Amino acid sequence: MSWSQEELVAAAYAVVFVFVLVYVAIIAAKLARLQREAAELVELTRAKGRDDS
Amino acid sequence: MGLALVLALIVAPEDADQGISQRIFYIHVPIALTAYFCFGLGALKALLLLWRGDERYDLESYVAIHQGTIFGALTLITGAIWAKASWGVWWTWSSNQLVLFLVLFLFYCAYFMLRFSLEDGPRRARSSAVYALFGVALIPVSFLAIRLAEDFIHPTVFTREGPQMSGSMFATFVVSWGAVTLLAYLLYRVELAGKRLDADLRELREALQ
Repeated sequence: MSWSQEELVAAAYAVVFVFVLVYVAIIAAKLARLQREAAELVELTRAKGRDDS
Repeated sequence: MGLALVLALIVAPEDADQGISQRIFYIHVPIALTAYFCFGLGALKALLLLWRGDERYDLESYVAIHQGTIFGALTLITGAIWAKASWGVWWTWSSNQLVLFLVLFLFYCAYFMLRFSLEDGPRRARSSAVYALFGVALIPVSFLAIRLAEDFIHPTVFTREGPQMSGSMFATFVVSWGAVTLLAYLLYRVELAGKRLDADLRELREALQ
């Protein structure tokens, strides 16, 4: 398959864009998981507080 | 990043020798320099860990090397695309610069294999730090290979006489480099904050249960 110079330039910039996009998506998913975990811990702490009192 | 893209793809003049494919230079070289910087930062944090014994440097070293590996992979991919456009091949084993960068990249990929094969704790932190420090020796070799190489296939743009490009091309390169460095710094801070938060939450969960 032959590639034109324009296609190769577009491919180089597109690869970088996709990499950054995937990286941001992974970080966003991780932050969402951490948010859920933090909410669970808050709930756990409240339940413990109720049990103690 | 937006300004860098406009300058690199629209404003910067077309290279008389390489034509439009030279525009890959504005993304490939800043990414490669950022990869070197991240590996160097990872080694510096590793040195600080061994010197001061503060465990926070372990996570900082790991995140910097992780960033370096991502930018290293991008360097190899954008480099291969530029090679196809300029030389007609995706890769050539005859270029010392390419092969040495691949060795540096694979060396730091193996860092993760070492790190995740050990139990979490001070031993893992120290072993990872020593490995990261060994890798830093490859950075100047890889960086200078372009000048020491005898094949001359990889272009040398920055010489002792200064950059071998016009003023507007150099300005575009500087803006692109700044944008990529800023992007790397932001990704480093976000990933580090996420990892620290993860560790804090794990500790809190253990304390509560």
